[in-house]
Amino acid sequence: MRDLSLHLLDLAQNSITAGASLVTVKIAIDDAGMLTLTLEDNGKGMSHELLSRVTSPFATTRTTRKVGLGIPMMKENAEKAGGTFSLSSEEGKGTTLIATMDTKNIDCLPLGDLTGTLLSLMLTNPLSPDFLFEGSTPKGKAVFDTREVRGVLGSDIPFNEPSVASWLKEALEEEINPIFGGVWI
Amino acid sequence: MKSLADLEAIRKRTLENINMRKDEDAARVVIGMATCGIAAGARPVMLAFMDEIKKRNLQHVTVSQTGCVGMCRYEPMLDVILPGQEKVTYIHVKPEMVPRIVAEHIVNGHPVTEYTIGAAED
Repeated sequence: MRDLSLHLLDLAQNSITAGASLVTVKIAIDDAGMLTLTLEDNGKGMSHELLSRVTSPFATTRTTRKVGLGIPMMKENAEKAGGTFSLSSEEGKGTTLIATMDTKNIDCLPLGDLTGTLLSLMLTNPLSPDFLFEGSTPKGKAVFDTREVRGVLGSDIPFNEPSVASWLKEALEEEINPIFGGVWI
Repeated sequence: MKSLADLEAIRKRTLENINMRKDEDAARVVIGMATCGIAAGARPVMLAFMDEIKKRNLQHVTVSQTGCVGMCRYEPMLDVILPGQEKVTYIHVKPEMVPRIVAEHIVNGHPVTEYTIGAAED
């Protein structure tokens, strides 16, 4: 993966497959330059046994083949950049993934196209689940909640309707660009 | 957040259109978005399709995603399925290729043969 937002797009898919109705993404960068990515869902969760082996590239829930690289690659990239990786999960309640990275570390991945990732998630999951994004950097805070959008739009219009999609794109850019500008693009 | 009033107007316009549409005459674009597809660059391809559909105001095209089909070396891959026709699989798709696929295949019905999986395997 070339950047952090691609990891996010990949890992969020796990939450969706777990049947979550709400996927929460938080990206916070503190004054010292530590980045914390939190991905939280209310899906079906994992058993202790699965949780203990899921960071192995040879653990996967799919049946077509025996490798699953999404989580191990995220773990490697976080640890390579002077950060940490942790996963917690409770069956029936959901899963929380937290990855930290030191943005001053030379091996830290760039953030990449965060708007593109969030937009892709919404367009490829046009009716459910809902996504909540919370960003915080020294420049300010950003919040985007698809439950608000759906409140206005109603449940019968999907997000991949072209006119809705371009509204989403502009709304995301307006919210996210001001605080993740400059070096964080 | 951007004005929710705009969204209300979009809702009204869309509801009028959506009722006239039938699913069976929709063209479908299905993009592989598993770990392999994403790593190879599926996200900009998908966004390019949304842009192109919006630009041409196409009402009968849906874009959706699928997982890994086991041919990771050909990613980014996508299928274009026109109603009543066999699906066509495009491989190593880049955003620059999308306008041509939309214009020649989805709008005019002629697959862009040189981008398809058939061209790679010959």
